[in-house]
Amino acid sequence: MEGIAGQKASLTWAVHIAVAALVILWTVPTFGLLVSSFRDKDQLAMTGWWTSLSASEQTLAARTEGPDAQIREGDLWVVRGNLFAPAGPGQVASWGASSREPAAFAPGETADLGDGEALRVEENGDYELSASAEMTGSRGQRVYVQSMEPPVFTLDNYRSVIGAEGIGRAFLNTFTVTIPATVIPILVAAFAAYALAWMQFPGRAILVACVVGLLVVPLQLSLIPLLRFHNAIGLGKGYFGIWLAHTGFGLPLAIYLLRNYMSGLPKDIIEGARVDGATDFQIFRRIVLPLSFPALASFAIFQFLWTWNDLLVAKVFLGTSDSQLVMTGRIVELLGSRGGNWEILTAAAFLSIAVPLVVFFAMQKYLVRGLLAGSVK
Amino acid sequence: MGQILYASVTIIAGVLLCVAYFWGTNAALDRLLPMRGPRASANVRRANAIRPWLFLGPSMVILGLYLVYPVFNSLWLSLHDASGRDFVGLGNYVWLFGDAKFLESVRNNMLWLVFVPAAATFLGLVAASLTDRIAWGSLAKSLIFMPMAISFVGAAVIWKFVYDYRAAGQEQIGLLNAAVTALGGDPVAWITVPFWNNFLLMIILVWIQTGFAMVILSAALRGIPEETVEAAILDGANPFQVFWRIKIPQIRGTIAVVWTTITILVLKIFDIVFAMTNGQWGTQVLANMMYDWSFRAGDFGRGSAIAIILMLAVAPIMVWNIRNARRENR
Repeated sequence: MEGIAGQKASLTWAVHIAVAALVILWTVPTFGLLVSSFRDKDQLAMTGWWTSLSASEQTLAARTEGPDAQIREGDLWVVRGNLFAPAGPGQVASWGASSREPAAFAPGETADLGDGEALRVEENGDYELSASAEMTGSRGQRVYVQSMEPPVFTLDNYRSVIGAEGIGRAFLNTFTVTIPATVIPILVAAFAAYALAWMQFPGRAILVACVVGLLVVPLQLSLIPLLRFHNAIGLGKGYFGIWLAHTGFGLPLAIYLLRNYMSGLPKDIIEGARVDGATDFQIFRRIVLPLSFPALASFAIFQFLWTWNDLLVAKVFLGTSDSQLVMTGRIVELLGSRGGNWEILTAAAFLSIAVPLVVFFAMQKYLVRGLLAGSVK
Repeated sequence: MGQILYASVTIIAGVLLCVAYFWGTNAALDRLLPMRGPRASANVRRANAIRPWLFLGPSMVILGLYLVYPVFNSLWLSLHDASGRDFVGLGNYVWLFGDAKFLESVRNNMLWLVFVPAAATFLGLVAASLTDRIAWGSLAKSLIFMPMAISFVGAAVIWKFVYDYRAAGQEQIGLLNAAVTALGGDPVAWITVPFWNNFLLMIILVWIQTGFAMVILSAALRGIPEETVEAAILDGANPFQVFWRIKIPQIRGTIAVVWTTITILVLKIFDIVFAMTNGQWGTQVLANMMYDWSFRAGDFGRGSAIAIILMLAVAPIMVWNIRNARRENR
């Protein structure tokens, strides 16, 4: 295979470029989300995230101090001050005295405002408003300033999302759903998988076929009957119900994966243990279970990712109170109520995908192994 | 705090309960039918007949209750009215096939069924065959595979940000509109453009599923016997001929598996549509419509009827899978 690519250098380059293009296409959207979640919310709303490292231009509507502050210098009445005074230092790129021409003058230029009044604004925001007659009225002169804002990165978005927007609580709720919903099906399925792989009994082939069939039964079919069932037995909406539901929906895959793996274990070991008088329970606990660790890990990752990322099951089997709303449900709510507030949405979304991404990169080997066992067979 | 305690106690209690069940029933069986004594061989035979069912019991109860019973209950409910009490025959199905939103959903699901598996499988195949040839291929694979870990809801936020729209004249903060305006075009509110917006939603799923297709197909490509490729090269085949004429035919079975796996996922697609458009602007799909009728409108009859339609759509793949599995077990 190397021979083919090696024969033509141009082809090798084409491969490198094509793969680079694919990787960029596949990662840029997520990267944009990550960058945006750390940006200042005003800058995020004004400019694209790809410009986040360069200074951004902002229009500031400021006002000079009122006539109360004027002092007399020779023939002139003068007001001096700094336009950035309340907020902190800044840099003037251009400025103007009317909203129609907010960028008419460069820093250091003097604008004639008519009636003998003149205004000069320096680069650091210092201004000097002078008039030939005493100024009247209570308010100062309007000044529009185009300032260059340095890029601002902040953790504020995360702070507000975790606290005020309820994502912190939802994070906890999601863990409450996922951990039992991952552990319980593994336990139940492991025994069934052992029976289907290594025990002889009538109807085994039919049961295996049933499990394969149940793998693809749409979840949608189960929602209404199970909700009615949970209500009928008094379980209602709550954590216990969703644990059971996730267990039920995860079992076919768990049994299928584990059975495939267990039936591939060396026959000699298990037959040998039988001859030595070990019971099935002992064989299962001492030999098969430890040897099946890779398959158990594969399924655990699947089930964890699936329950963590699930929206539908949580919407149906959990309530909508703060103590039961999971992260996906909370984000969908935010998409509705805070649709334009990207600083909230990006930070919330990144918090919700951070845990699966860590699991993914740490356990990729098992995930790939599980995928191969689950679909190629 | 109370919640963590509650969850931990449940996990421990659940695990203990499971262990107690399996250990307890096994011990009871050993006690009742001892392997010693005058009737040892008869006891062993009877214990061996019973024990599998002890192992299988919990799974069968849960599978029966949570997956098998609902199929029949849904069928029953779909023949009844909103309250689930009065029999209406095929009324719900007749209503469905006269409903404009349902027909729109069926059309959209068809589009999804054609586009997503085809695009994801094709891109996965391209990615698999390209990354296998370069040194940093495994890093590239990891990054293309990464969206698999991201929830549909998270992906919806990511892509909604890419499709974001600001009126013309304002600076665009969405990547797509920024690219369009940079090339001299006018910004478009992409999500609301009828028909084509469906494809924008599909791209999200393609983005997620390409990695899956790539991983499976890459393993299959590596499993191709070297001799077949070498023989083709000796006969003067160029790389493209080797790929299309020698490699593809040998992994046809795997391509079919990838295709059907994605097909099943696509049929049930819900979260992406729910989070992006909720079925507005002509993007409704069956699963979202089912959710709307069942849990927003509270009409279990119509909701179940849509679920049954989904089941019918999946049924051929189910039969195909079972036949394949049985053939392999023989």
